[in-house]
Amino acid sequence: MPELRTRGRVGESVPRPDAPAKVRGDFSFGSDLVAPGMLYAKTLRSPHAHALIRSLDVAQAISMPGVRAVLTAADLPGVRLFSLHDPPDQPVLVGVGEEVRYAGEPVAVVAADHPEQARRAAAAIEADYELLPALTDPVEAIRAGSVLRELLIRRGDPEARAEVVVDGYYELGQQDQAPLGPEAGLAVPAGDGSVDLHVATQALHVDLGQVEACLALRPGAVRLHLAGVGGAFGAREDLSIHIHACLLALRTGRPVKMWYGREESFVGHVHRHPAQMWYSTGADRSGALVFVRATIVLDGGAYASSSGAVTANAACFGAGPYRVPNALVWSGAARTNSVPNGAMRGFGAVQTCFAHESQMDALAARLGMDPVQLRLKNALRSGEQLITGQRVTGAAPLEELIRLCAELPEPARSGHRLSLPGGAGNVAEAANVVRATGFAVGFKNIAYSEGHDDYSTARVRLERGPDGRALASIKTAASEVGQGVVTITQQIARTELGVEEVVSLPADTTVGDAGSSSASRQTWMTGSAVQLASRRVAEEVLRRAGPPARSLDAGQVLDAEGMALAPIELFLEEPIEREFEYHHRPTSGLNPEGQGDAHVSFMFVAHRATVDVDPEAGLARVVEVATAQDVGKALNPLQVHGQIEGGIAQGVGMATMEEIKQREGKILNASFTDYIIPTALDMPAVSSILVEEPEPDAPYGAKGVGEPPLISSPAAIAAALRAATGRRLGRLPVSPDELAGLAECEPDWEVTPGVSPSDGRRRQR
Amino acid sequence: MKVTVARSLEEALADPEAIFLAGGTDLMVGVNFGRERPEHVVSIRGLSELGDTSVGERVRIGGGVDYTRVLDALGEHSPALVQAARTIGSPQIRNAGTIGGNLGTCSPAGDTLPVLAALDAEVILRSPAGERRVPFSEFMLGPRKSARRPGELVEAVEWLDAGPSQAFLKAGTRNAMVIAVANLALVVDRARKAVRVALGSVGPTIIRALEAEDLARGLFEESGWERPLRPSQAAAARFGELAAGAARPIDDQRGSAIYRRHVVAVMARRALARTGEVA
Ligand SMILES: Cc1cc2nc3c(=O)[nH]c(=O)nc-3n(C[C@H](O)[C@H](O)[C@H](O)COP(=O)(O)OP(=O)(O)OC[C@H]3O[C@@H](n4cnc5c(N)ncnc54)[C@H](O)[C@@H]3O)c2cc1C
Repeated sequence: MPELRTRGRVGESVPRPDAPAKVRGDFSFGSDLVAPGMLYAKTLRSPHAHALIRSLDVAQAISMPGVRAVLTAADLPGVRLFSLHDPPDQPVLVGVGEEVRYAGEPVAVVAADHPEQARRAAAAIEADYELLPALTDPVEAIRAGSVLRELLIRRGDPEARAEVVVDGYYELGQQDQAPLGPEAGLAVPAGDGSVDLHVATQALHVDLGQVEACLALRPGAVRLHLAGVGGAFGAREDLSIHIHACLLALRTGRPVKMWYGREESFVGHVHRHPAQMWYSTGADRSGALVFVRATIVLDGGAYASSSGAVTANAACFGAGPYRVPNALVWSGAARTNSVPNGAMRGFGAVQTCFAHESQMDALAARLGMDPVQLRLKNALRSGEQLITGQRVTGAAPLEELIRLCAELPEPARSGHRLSLPGGAGNVAEAANVVRATGFAVGFKNIAYSEGHDDYSTARVRLERGPDGRALASIKTAASEVGQGVVTITQQIARTELGVEEVVSLPADTTVGDAGSSSASRQTWMTGSAVQLASRRVAEEVLRRAGPPARSLDAGQVLDAEGMALAPIELFLEEPIEREFEYHHRPTSGLNPEGQGDAHVSFMFVAHRATVDVDPEAGLARVVEVATAQDVGKALNPLQVHGQIEGGIAQGVGMATMEEIKQREGKILNASFTDYIIPTALDMPAVSSILVEEPEPDAPYGAKGVGEPPLISSPAAIAAALRAATGRRLGRLPVSPDELAGLAECEPDWEVTPGVSPSDGRRRQR
Repeated sequence: MKVTVARSLEEALADPEAIFLAGGTDLMVGVNFGRERPEHVVSIRGLSELGDTSVGERVRIGGGVDYTRVLDALGEHSPALVQAARTIGSPQIRNAGTIGGNLGTCSPAGDTLPVLAALDAEVILRSPAGERRVPFSEFMLGPRKSARRPGELVEAVEWLDAGPSQAFLKAGTRNAMVIAVANLALVVDRARKAVRVALGSVGPTIIRALEAEDLARGLFEESGWERPLRPSQAAAARFGELAAGAARPIDDQRGSAIYRRHVVAVMARRALARTGEVA
């Protein structure tokens, strides 16, 4: 008897349903949206990082051809502030008599018949500013009390002494998520005073709450629909065009399309927090860690956004995935006059991973120990405690990751000129090139932490399809941002329902909240909701079928022996629909000592980077990144590898080239001409091993996989570049100047690791 | 905005106020940034008068020739220009971008410009008044400033074939598709006993490193123009220093002045070693 088994279940490399359309160019992204009679919107933004708006004159703009509306803060109907943060602190539009706090902050919005008319009208608005001093040094901001969040973790003896101590100072530049699709959406007024907003976002309901408050409409009068998302990586957690487009649509009674160009996008979304980190790490002569003390200063920019969670992550993961008996970690985000910083893949953990892993290498060098052995010696195991006192109860196969990653074969040398450092530039010669490797490990939390009630909702329906056979449909508000939540939830439904025909309905706010596509959480959260809703549907099929029906597979109702009793559709005269709201195990906040079970689960990762460097010319090429990743269970191995390669691409960028450069709070390189990201010639080979140790509580044991590839890959690349050059390389991205030994990263402030920088002193140079 | 697709040189030159569009890889970036709002665009793409290439004692490349064709047409000739064309952008950009556009924009980071300087090329300009030949050394006047008058077309560039001892090197922070942080072209014309070194992205114009050229000429005199040159370490280092000394770099978001100067020295030394070997 052939085994009855549904195809496309969990564990299979099922291709994405949207892949053909995306490859052919048929996929409709947010910027492709159109509606009959739509208007085009444009934002006027402050050119100044900090200024008082003395006056705004829109008279000329409003009278220009094609212009249908010009709105300023005076036109706001509801709450004037929005934010991911509670209470909100970010103005929808900054009004007369109010202060703009970053260069690029919205001041007015225009809708016109043609985008060029909107652009010209925005330029014709006369804004008079009184310039104020811009606070751009985060340490100075913290000293002045301009702090978004600060916290301290104190564990064991914060003054512990050790036989071997290494101190280091590290910096990380401001990374952009660089999604290829900039912010875009279309607001369509419904005529009854309500509005439909189609928008590329990471979290429909998180947006909805903020938009509703600011539009002040009756409940249910704002509906959000997910538009095609061209990448997110954290850039779409905060609002962008949402409120502006809705306001203009409601004012004009016409659909309003709004999208940012690349230059505008750089001020239209948050970025990764730049960091300055002072570390001191102590160990005994055997290499066992005795203490970690660290001060982590993050530049939060002008508004709170996700700074709170980033500050906490930086602290919680600041000592690395190691057994650290004594810790003192101060972490704080400064409020400055920079474009706000917030969510980006791996937030908080990426910053401190670079520091703690650099420290581990320095320690290994001091001890004369192999860096891989030092990590193995200290690797955290399941059942052990973090510096927050939280015991890791789930899978923590870190030692295995380290061993497997270190054992992966090293890449061969390529003879091709283009594969030399500097690639097409033709500068390096094989004789000048040094090859080296570096190793790093990292970890991070999955899903929301610190007592957030984190949940996701799914509605699963089973009915007879057009061909009479069983057809399942899934309805959630989970944002498909390219990560593959649609594919995964379909695989889950197939597995639980035993039917192959599964469709996903458009994501919108007519179903309950799914939370954000962030924090590597959707497979776990929405995956669980779909799994449990599907199980309830399956139970109903079995109930209708009656004994001896025991399970569903391959479209059949099966008995206890796995024999087919009847096709599932036989029991679908009436469709079955079930909804499930899944909440993960509650977490707690951190107490004043920074102690608490703040996180639900952790994912671990190891990276080994191989680089070729032309030290004299200051040119480098990442040849390969090898990785072993703790995935719990690979529900779709193809997608896991996709996440790994994509995350490593961003890690290569972070380590070697990507940085938003600012002067006095103004971005100097707001385009892909000068904000450079890796090309195909910069992308290293990736070799990866997935370690599957099922996570209790998670659906099928699957952990999130999106962030780990970016957590320790930059640190591993930095380690390899150090090994190749012998230079300190305390800053990411590593500059050619540092590679060539022309410059070194030095702190502006003298700060004692573990102590607030308020007590620091400006360094004399 | 008016757009004319020119079918002949006369049509292309009819409106002296018009802005030419060749590959559009610079012009459209300017338009997208709102830096340029041309009233009248004349597309010169596909004008056969700008598309000719010929190699021989004189090498001529039409102003409308794109980089992919430069790579095909030049083959073994003028290897520095071939190397420069290979570093430009991506395959898509090389299929669209032209030499005329590189000269039209006249950015200090334009990758063909140091090569044209080191080849001592002539820029052939065409207007209704006729043809005008401007040596490259008199063509570039500043960042995005040239001797080209409004309405004048770059019809072609021309130079005397300088033989195979040439090199072009470009330093950037990415392995492909990167604007030069610094670039350098070295041409050793052994037959005419001439050495020319030109630097890009390290000053407001392309800079000829005249002292470095003098030094190298002396080295070739000594070892014989027809023979491989294997300079001593000290001589190579001196050559690098002189080249770096000629640079007038600034700090900007693409790179620091100190690195630019440093990498010019490195590139100069390597370029000398490479061209020295080719006799
Ligand atoms: C992604 C990208 C990467 C790039 N990488 C590089 C690089 O690595 N190196 C580099 O040097 N450049 C690079 N560029 C810039 C650009 O591709 C080159 O400068 C190219 O040579 C421009 O040629 P074009 O035909 O596209 O010029 P266009 O954009 O059509 O024109 C540019 C200017 O020149 C004028 N013009 C064009 N043709 C003529 C002519 N025959 N006579 C007179 N004026 C003319 C135009 O009016 C316009 O002012 C890059 C551009 C992009 C978008």
